[in-house]
Amino acid sequence: MLSIIKAHRTSLKSLQKITSTQFTKTLVSQVGQRFYGDLKDSDRVFTNLYGDHDWKIQGAIKRGDWYKTKNIIEKGKKYIIDEIKASGLRGRGGAGFPTGLKWSFMPQNSDKTSYLVINADEGEPGTCKDREIMRHDPQKLIEGCLLAGYAMNCRAAYIYIRGEFKETQKRLEEAIQEAYKEGMIGKNACKTGYDFDIYVHPGAGAYVCGEETALIESLEGKAGKPRIKPPFPPQYGLWGCPTNVNNVETIASCPTILRRGSSWYNSFGRKNNHGTKLFSISGHVNNPCVVEEEMGIPLKDLIEKHAGGVIGGWDNLLAVIPGGSSTPVIPKQICQDVLMDYDSLADAKTSLGTGAVIVMDKSTDIIKAIARLAHFYHHESCGQCIPCREGTAYLNAIMDRLVLGVANKNEIQYLKDIVAAMKGTTVCALAEAAALPIEGLLRHFNDEVMKRIKEIN
Amino acid sequence: MSLSLIQNFHSSFRKTAFLAIQQTRNYMKLPNIFEKNEEQTKFDFTQTNYKKIDEILRKYPTDKKSSAIIPLLHLVQEQEGWVSRAAMNKVSNIVCCPPTQVYEVATFYTMFNKKPIGKHHIEVCTCTPCMLRGGNDILRTLEDKLGIDCGNTTTDGKFQLSEVECQGACANAPVIVIDGQFYEDLKTDDVLKIVEQVGQGKQPKSGPQSSRKASEPVNGKTTLKGKPTGPVAKDDL
Repeated sequence: MLSIIKAHRTSLKSLQKITSTQFTKTLVSQVGQRFYGDLKDSDRVFTNLYGDHDWKIQGAIKRGDWYKTKNIIEKGKKYIIDEIKASGLRGRGGAGFPTGLKWSFMPQNSDKTSYLVINADEGEPGTCKDREIMRHDPQKLIEGCLLAGYAMNCRAAYIYIRGEFKETQKRLEEAIQEAYKEGMIGKNACKTGYDFDIYVHPGAGAYVCGEETALIESLEGKAGKPRIKPPFPPQYGLWGCPTNVNNVETIASCPTILRRGSSWYNSFGRKNNHGTKLFSISGHVNNPCVVEEEMGIPLKDLIEKHAGGVIGGWDNLLAVIPGGSSTPVIPKQICQDVLMDYDSLADAKTSLGTGAVIVMDKSTDIIKAIARLAHFYHHESCGQCIPCREGTAYLNAIMDRLVLGVANKNEIQYLKDIVAAMKGTTVCALAEAAALPIEGLLRHFNDEVMKRIKEIN
Repeated sequence: MSLSLIQNFHSSFRKTAFLAIQQTRNYMKLPNIFEKNEEQTKFDFTQTNYKKIDEILRKYPTDKKSSAIIPLLHLVQEQEGWVSRAAMNKVSNIVCCPPTQVYEVATFYTMFNKKPIGKHHIEVCTCTPCMLRGGNDILRTLEDKLGIDCGNTTTDGKFQLSEVECQGACANAPVIVIDGQFYEDLKTDDVLKIVEQVGQGKQPKSGPQSSRKASEPVNGKTTLKGKPTGPVAKDDL
C-alpha cells in the first residue's frame, strides 16, 4: 500500500514537466496501479443522501450523528483544527482552499464576537448537492456547525440559504429546533459548557451572494455587493466581527472526519486531493443523479458507473463542463482520461469547482449552451465593477450573435480581448467566472464557431 | 438680487437635471420601480405575521436589526404576493433604517416582485442544465397553454409566467417552480397536468414527477443500497 503511494508520488514529480494532455494520459496508465473511485458504502459520509431513511434527529443519531461529539469538543480547539488540517479537506464550494488552514486564520483571543457563516446559497448552474444534504441529512450540517464554531471560538452560526429553497429552509429550521430540544446546541451545547446558537437566514435570488463578502453584506441587510479584500472576513466580517464563511458540504463532512480520524479521510484520493466528494451529474446522461464518490475518480467512470452513461453511448459525447457553470468546458478527448480532483482538472485547464458535471452529447449546440451561461452571468452581475458589468453585457450580446452565426470574424478577437480585460480586474471572481466558459469554448471549439460564422455569411 | 439669482439658478438647474435624468431613463429604458408601485398606499402586517417578525428579529443582535430586511420582505411577499412601496416603508420603520436601504435591497434581489403579479407564479428554469434536458420546450408549452408570453400575467390574473435562472435542482432537470413548490423531472405532459391542477385550486404532488424519490439514479441506486451502519468512531475518542 505504502509503496504504491510512494510510487505515485515519484511519478507525480516526474510528470510535472509534461504538458497537460500528456499528463492526464500518462497519469491513468502510470498511476493506474491504484484505482480511485470504488468507494464502499461504509466509507460514505452522507448516508442518507437520497432521503430513504428518517431525516429527523432520532434517525440521524441511529445512523451515527452526534456520536461522541462531547468527546471531540473536550479534546480542544487546537486538536479539531489540526485534525481537519491533517485530513486534507479542501473547501467544497468551488475555490478548494484548505479548510483547516482557513479555520486557523480566525483570531482566538479577539474581544469581538466571532461568527461562523454557512454558505448555502447554492446557485451555480449544475450544482444541486447542498440541497440534498440540507433536506435529507440536516443534522450533519448542524453538528458540523457546532464543532467548527467551537474550534473557531464562534458564538453563533448563520446559515445563509438561498431564497428559492423554501421547503428546504423549513426542514432545516425544524431540524435546528429538534437539536435545541435535545440539548445538542443552545446553552451548554452537548453538556460541554459551551453556548452556541444556529440561525437560518434566507437570501433572495442573487447568485453573487455566494461570494463570501457579498454574502456577509447580504446578511447585514444590504444589497449583495462584494467587498474589497483585504480586510478578509476573519479580520473584518459580519458586522465588523471576525467571521469564517464555509460551504455546506465542507462543514457537514467535518463531524465524520473528526469521529473517524484524519487518517481515514486522508486515505481517499490523491495527494493534495483527499477525501470524498458529492458529484451532481446533469445534462445528457441516462440517469442524472447526485452521488458521493472518492476524489480522483476518472470522469468516464463517474459518468458510466453512476449516471448510466452518456445518452447514445460514450462515442456520442461532445463535451463536459466538469465543475459547474464557471469552469471551462472540456472536449471528449480530454474527458477520456481526466480524473475528478482539483489538480488533475487544473492540469486540463479547467477546475473541479463544485463537482457539478454537466454532460453534453453530440446533439447539443455547444455555442448556444455557453451563450446561455453568458446570459446567466449578465443577469447575475451585481454591477459594482465596470469590467464585469459592461463585460458580461458585451459577452452576452456577442455570444447571442455567434449562436445565430451573424457575428463578424473580428468579433472572436473582441471576445478574447474582453475575456482578458475581465480577468483579475474586479472585486470578486464573478467576472472571471463569466469569462472562463467562453475562453474554454474558444480554446476547444474554435472550429465550430468559425464554421457557424461561415455557414451564414 | 443675488438671492433671486441663486434661486433662479437652482430652479433652472433642477429642471435641467430632472430632464437629463428623464432622458437617460428613456434612452436606457430603465424601469421606474415606483411607477405602478403607488397603487397601494397602505400596508400593515397581519397579527400572525407580527409574531413571526418578533421571531425573526430575535435572530440578530438588537443593534443590527437591519439584517432582518430580507426575511421581512419575504414575509411581505408571502402576505401580499408583491412588495409595494408602502410595505417597504413599513419594513424600514420596523428595522429602524432609512427607507432607501429597503428600496435598495428590494430592487437588488430578483425574488421580490415590485409590481402586482398573477395569483400563481410559474417560474421556468432555462439555464444550461435544464436547457439540455428540454427546459425551453417546457417554457414554450406553457406559453402556448396559457396564451401569454414569458414575463406576463394571464388576462384572468390567475397565472404569472417567468423565466428564471438556475434553481439548484439540476440533477432533476427540467424544473419548474410554482408558488415555491419544486416540480422536477418534467415532461411536457406533466407540466400541462400540473398547471391544470393548480388552476383548479389543488396542490399537485411536488418533487420529481418520474418514478424516483429524490436525486438517486432513476434506474435504481448505484450506491447506498444497504442499511446504514450505526455509529463509527476511532478508538482514542
